[in-house]
Amino acid sequence: MFKVKYFEVIRTAAVILIALAIAFIIISLVSDQPLKTIGIFLWEPISTKGHIGNVIEMAIPLMFTGLAVSLLFRANMFNLGAEGIFYFSGVVASVLAIHLSLNSWFHPVVAIAAGSIVGALLSAIPGILKAKWNANELVTSLMFNNILFGIGLYLLNYHLRDAKAFANVSYKFQETARLSKIFTGTRIHTGLIVVLVMIVLAHLFLYRTKWGYELRMTGVNRDFARYSGMKTAKVIILVHLIAGFIAGMGGSVEVLGMYNRFQWASLPGYGLDGALVAMLAKNNPLSVIGSALFLAYIRIGADMMARLSDVPSEMISIIQAVIILLISAEQFLKFWKNRMLLKEAKANA
Amino acid sequence: MNSLLNVILTTDFAFSLLRVTTPILFAALGALISNRAGIINIGMEGIMLVSALAGVIVSAYTQSAWVGLLGAVLSGTLIAGVLAFFTLKFKTHIILGGVAINMFASGGTVFILYLLSGDKGSSTSLASKVLPSVQLPLIQDIPVLGPILSGHHILTYISILAVVVVYYLLNRTPLGLRIRSVGENPHAAQSVGVSVVRIQYTALLLSGFFASLGGAYMSMGYLSLFTRDMIAGRGWIAIAAESMGRSTTIGTALTSLLFGAADALSNALQVLKIPAELIATLPYVATVIGLVIYAVSETRKKNKKVKGPVVK
Repeated sequence: MFKVKYFEVIRTAAVILIALAIAFIIISLVSDQPLKTIGIFLWEPISTKGHIGNVIEMAIPLMFTGLAVSLLFRANMFNLGAEGIFYFSGVVASVLAIHLSLNSWFHPVVAIAAGSIVGALLSAIPGILKAKWNANELVTSLMFNNILFGIGLYLLNYHLRDAKAFANVSYKFQETARLSKIFTGTRIHTGLIVVLVMIVLAHLFLYRTKWGYELRMTGVNRDFARYSGMKTAKVIILVHLIAGFIAGMGGSVEVLGMYNRFQWASLPGYGLDGALVAMLAKNNPLSVIGSALFLAYIRIGADMMARLSDVPSEMISIIQAVIILLISAEQFLKFWKNRMLLKEAKANA
Repeated sequence: MNSLLNVILTTDFAFSLLRVTTPILFAALGALISNRAGIINIGMEGIMLVSALAGVIVSAYTQSAWVGLLGAVLSGTLIAGVLAFFTLKFKTHIILGGVAINMFASGGTVFILYLLSGDKGSSTSLASKVLPSVQLPLIQDIPVLGPILSGHHILTYISILAVVVVYYLLNRTPLGLRIRSVGENPHAAQSVGVSVVRIQYTALLLSGFFASLGGAYMSMGYLSLFTRDMIAGRGWIAIAAESMGRSTTIGTALTSLLFGAADALSNALQVLKIPAELIATLPYVATVIGLVIYAVSETRKKNKKVKGPVVK
């Protein structure tokens, strides 16, 4: 017998199953050998050590942005600015990775710290505008994504570009700046440890501190929080600072962990993916780990499928759209919850 | 500076201004209608992308540009319908719904393009059709104005006509009145018997309709094929134009023109060695500034109102 308290878990599972079912339907329609293709999609990402490594590498940036967006959503801030900050902080970290000379311990620390702080400061702008004058944080953060992208691309093309590289990429990073690998045979880098620490810290912050409590209350009902004596404007600015810090750290870590040159000539999309991760995690820091791994798993699955079969990897964006639409759909399966509630009430009566 | 003026003060520049404004204007009008009904449709970019592809595919298979346009409009409106269904029926958050639409479109269009043409970059192998350009009789013979106003793509003229239509729709028709009332106060509208959900459905479908005209223009006028991510931020610029135009038809049309000018200028300003990447951010910077000024003045007004009765 299902209980109402498991409803959210059941619902999330149902959404994932529906999404996978749609993936199978699309594969069956498109592929010449549907069963083999589905096998590749599901099995390849976990078949070898290298592939599992790919999944975890992909999950690292998703965890960063997923965590940042979770905190914002938790405070009921519809800010999608993680995208631009992720990108721009990557540029900032790259500049330091190229131009500083430090030892291999301090170099990444300094570059990542700079990227994170820049991220925090940039993120604070929509936060302050929202807290002080109630300017719509969604629109300002979306505009900032495009502004930061423009400035970042300008820096890449005019100041960082390596003319000898025959592509639109920056100069090489100093070897000292790059994050070291932690598992042989994979490209998993120390960023994994960093993000897991951040997730645990965010969890403790959200559930064990006064500020975390204020953040959650502001998210539930800003007016109520204000009447209870909380300084909601301060809370809103604080959550923007933290989220920007985390998103900026994500961009810096991703650049230093995975590449030896800065090479994003378009927004990498991790910020918006972060919204999907946060939704799957129900805005819960610890659940971000699982939902980022799941998203990374189906993405790597799609990549492998594109490489080994006749179905292009872009299929995954259709699946992602379905997941977002259903997971945030309050009414989806609500009738079932109501029925369960009714049954339990009757049983108790 | 002189060289810049030489570029700007030509009929060619004025002509290209109207040309680049067209898609922004269509999408901004779409954003305007849904915003007035109280729902922010941020899926503009995605709707335009889907309709641009649909126009190319349908016109290639039917060998008729007009049927292609119909296909583009139907598919764009359908996407808006899906968004409306999820947000209004299933109560998906409208912003997240918009994110989903954009995500779907950016990958889904490439997916379908690849299945049909075997190419992930562009639709060069599909023999798609282009909608015609129109020479305006009489006007084309007027010096200066003729070369600026005549010879445009048919959808460019329709976009100007659309401004009038949207203005009339919002301000002079019962539907427009209902859309505005739902946007301003849904509870009040409901209490006098307006079906909020139905009006919001209508508004979202209309926003999809206008956005898809913009999308069709991109692949069947501005360019003559579909390329990956060809909307390139125009949907966002349109949302920016709408919010800087303060959700009025005239304001939206004027800011669309302004942002179109920024787009057209980005080529001209390269003469002055100002990088195109930075110029491309101008519409967004302008919107943030516009939003802040508006928000500050609104907050002041509100504070005055709160203090008002106390002083009395």
